[in-house]
Amino acid sequence: MPMGNVANLVQLSIDDITVGYDGLPVVQDISLTLGNGQIGCLLGPSGCGKSTLLRAIAGFEPVIMGDITMEGKLLSSVTMTVPPEQRQIGMVFQDLALFPHLSIAENISFGLRGWSTAEKAVRVKELLALVGLPSMENRYPHLLSGGQQQRIALARAMAPKPKLLLLDEPFSGLDASLREVLIPEVRDMLLQENVSVLLVTHDQMEAFAMADKVAVMQAGKIHQCDSAFNIYHEPKTRFVADFVGQGEFLRATIVDEFSVDSALGLLRSPHAHGFVKNQSVDILVRPDDVLHDDDSDVTAEIVTKQFRGSHFLYQVVLPSRQKLYCFASSHHNHALGEAIGIKLDLDHLVMFAESS
Amino acid sequence: MKVVKQYFSSLSIFSKPLAVLAVVVSLLLTLPVMTVVSQWFHGSFDVWGHLSETVLWGYLVSSWWLSLGVGLGVLMIGVPAAWLTSLCDFPGQRFFTWALLLPLAVPAYIIAYTYTGILDFAGPIQTAIRSWVGIENTPLWLFNIRSLPGAIVMLTLVLYPYVYLLARTAFLEQSASIVEVSKTLGYSYRQTTLHLVLPMARPAIIAGLTLALMETLADFGTVQYFGVSTFTTGIFRAFYGFGDMAAASQLSSVLLGVVILLIVLERYSRRQTRYHTVKGKIAQRIPLTGSKALLAMVACGLPFVLGFLIPAVQLLYWSLVKAEIDKDFVALAWNSFYLAFIASVIAVVLAVVLAYAKRFYQRKRIVVCAASISSMGYALPGTIIAIGVIVPFSWLDHQLIIFAEQWLNIDIGLLFSGTLMVLLFAYTVRFLAVSLGTVDSGLQKIKPHLDQAASLSGYRPLTVLRKIHVPLLRGSLLTALLIVFVDVLKELPATLILRPFNFNTLAVRAYELASDERLIDAAPASLLIVLVGLLPVVLLSRSINYSRQSHINSTSKS
Repeated sequence: MPMGNVANLVQLSIDDITVGYDGLPVVQDISLTLGNGQIGCLLGPSGCGKSTLLRAIAGFEPVIMGDITMEGKLLSSVTMTVPPEQRQIGMVFQDLALFPHLSIAENISFGLRGWSTAEKAVRVKELLALVGLPSMENRYPHLLSGGQQQRIALARAMAPKPKLLLLDEPFSGLDASLREVLIPEVRDMLLQENVSVLLVTHDQMEAFAMADKVAVMQAGKIHQCDSAFNIYHEPKTRFVADFVGQGEFLRATIVDEFSVDSALGLLRSPHAHGFVKNQSVDILVRPDDVLHDDDSDVTAEIVTKQFRGSHFLYQVVLPSRQKLYCFASSHHNHALGEAIGIKLDLDHLVMFAESS
Repeated sequence: MKVVKQYFSSLSIFSKPLAVLAVVVSLLLTLPVMTVVSQWFHGSFDVWGHLSETVLWGYLVSSWWLSLGVGLGVLMIGVPAAWLTSLCDFPGQRFFTWALLLPLAVPAYIIAYTYTGILDFAGPIQTAIRSWVGIENTPLWLFNIRSLPGAIVMLTLVLYPYVYLLARTAFLEQSASIVEVSKTLGYSYRQTTLHLVLPMARPAIIAGLTLALMETLADFGTVQYFGVSTFTTGIFRAFYGFGDMAAASQLSSVLLGVVILLIVLERYSRRQTRYHTVKGKIAQRIPLTGSKALLAMVACGLPFVLGFLIPAVQLLYWSLVKAEIDKDFVALAWNSFYLAFIASVIAVVLAVVLAYAKRFYQRKRIVVCAASISSMGYALPGTIIAIGVIVPFSWLDHQLIIFAEQWLNIDIGLLFSGTLMVLLFAYTVRFLAVSLGTVDSGLQKIKPHLDQAASLSGYRPLTVLRKIHVPLLRGSLLTALLIVFVDVLKELPATLILRPFNFNTLAVRAYELASDERLIDAAPASLLIVLVGLLPVVLLSRSINYSRQSHINSTSKS
């Protein structure tokens, strides 16, 4: 199928780049590729360098080392930086930055230079329909709600059909309930326009909901670049395990190449884990790996509980003082201090060498 | 019965002394404006006809050219200077940021006297040029500064800071993202500046322009000295030269109409600025090098050098070396200072009354209304206010004289006209808006929750006032005192018209000496005015740096 081939084409390629201010590197040795029509995400805590990386791709910051290429054309290297206005890369900023003195139609068609008036009007209409705000042409930005402004900013960035669209924390200014509605809608809009997208966020739910591919960053480095599912279930580093999702580390000792011994008994890994015998390791245990089971022999005492509507999140402590999180159906309402039966349900073991 | 009851309950506000005081004060303060406005309605047609046949047209034309020239001038200086100091980096950028404000300290009439001294026929420049060309003895005027173009240049040099100040704020508040978005949409920096940065600052620039134009129309000293016939000189001549109160009032009412138009435009533009700003992170300043840096330094340096440095140095030189200092100079300074001090105390006390009345009775429309009509004297030319004050007080004087003659059979003479009290009243009308604005914004920063929190901690109202309001408001009160003090010190036309016989101030003395062509002897008085005038400018320049600092802090937090 031709579509498949197109999706395999590399749209953006980042090769071993280092970006910094005043000679101090903020991001270092970053490599990344993004396929045509793919939605990628840079996920990380604030200050990890994800916005700096985005600004380097947009052309606002030069690279100290490495290359950035798009569709095979060199954009940034140590010796040259194509200016942002010549890159055909669209961007939606955190503060949206709609032009306050221009109408919605003028905002959207701002980047359509060289288009005829009729062409502009058609494109504006098309985009307003896409973002679900038809016949808003003559309004002004200050009359729009936050969510509407968000959509217009997106329409404005997509209008000139950029080869790549960058979104810098695009939903951070919106309240939680609006975000929940808007994110899947925006994903649909992006897919309909078939534009390649790179998104920056510190919010993992946003990353999971939007992206085909997530790169987790910390302190200027990429820890792991993978699908959201793998990031959650098979984190490659302790940082990723910690930053993404909830969980506790269960202390254990290696018995042989498949088995470890823990406070919850002997656990087996389906494949060789590569640690040496008697080595101390930490196993990542997510709340959904721990099942509440009244019939289980293993009991643990409830330390904290959070009611979350459909379920409870309990934090329990084992007799060995080991703490774990546990999801339980909201019918299982237990009191603090009560001992409940728990059971591990791990289909694979995510292990890290004991932290010093 | 019910109707009567309602009527009395609507009057219940008059049981509150503070509210009553606020309403009475504001009614008194609007008296001069009302007097002038009333000329629109019951002026005699004879006077109108006479005016329109003789001087009116000429005044309109020269006021128009003057405004047009100054308007273009302040835009050409103020906007580039604001753009350069806020968005570019070049040698001296930090210095120019505040130095460009300094001409605000120089009243237009003083810069006019100073440059006349420097550039006049007999002045050092023209003499030097003539002797250099070898035409010492020919009475050839190379150029005449005492002309309409000269007045335009003088007013431009001291009024551009209004445009500079407001445009600068607008540029600084623009989010850096605006420029970046525009680049991702294919616009170069130059195109972005043209299509976004300047249009977005337009309302602020227009607001600054209207302020400069109001000052232009209010100017009396410069145009009078340069012999340009505008409304203010016309009013003065009608009143002083011909004693024609009717003509003076009618001319005032025409000028008032123009000024009101400007005020409306200014308010409208200020409202627009709210919709034209996207606040966000501050743009990185663009470094300028080579010839561009040089050009930037010239564009910022020239207004500062011409608008402040040269006049200030010249005044200093004349005062210290050449001037014959009045033997009663100390008495003159004393007159000015105590008059300005009393006026500023009155203005601040009334501002406090009005601001608190507004705070306590914010749901009573009459009180809020009172506070805002008290600010009506704002930006009205001193000439108009003087006429508006003279008319009602001389009417009152005449009534009192008639009354005293008829009933007491004594001649009491003029009780009010020509007294300091009338002058102080005029100052209050003109400058109350300044003090009220400062005090009110200071008071608004003390959120009602602070009062409530203090009350909940068991403090009684007076203790709250002493422990919370006094310390928090002190800065605003001092600022208000200082600004009114300096404004009164600089004020010329109202003082000239209303002062008691033989009562002189620094401004009036400078005017008199300059009129006698004793420009050098006018220098000490002028210099003192400029020096004192620097104080509020220093405050202002500190506050624009401070607000930028807090702006940075607030954005870096997000």
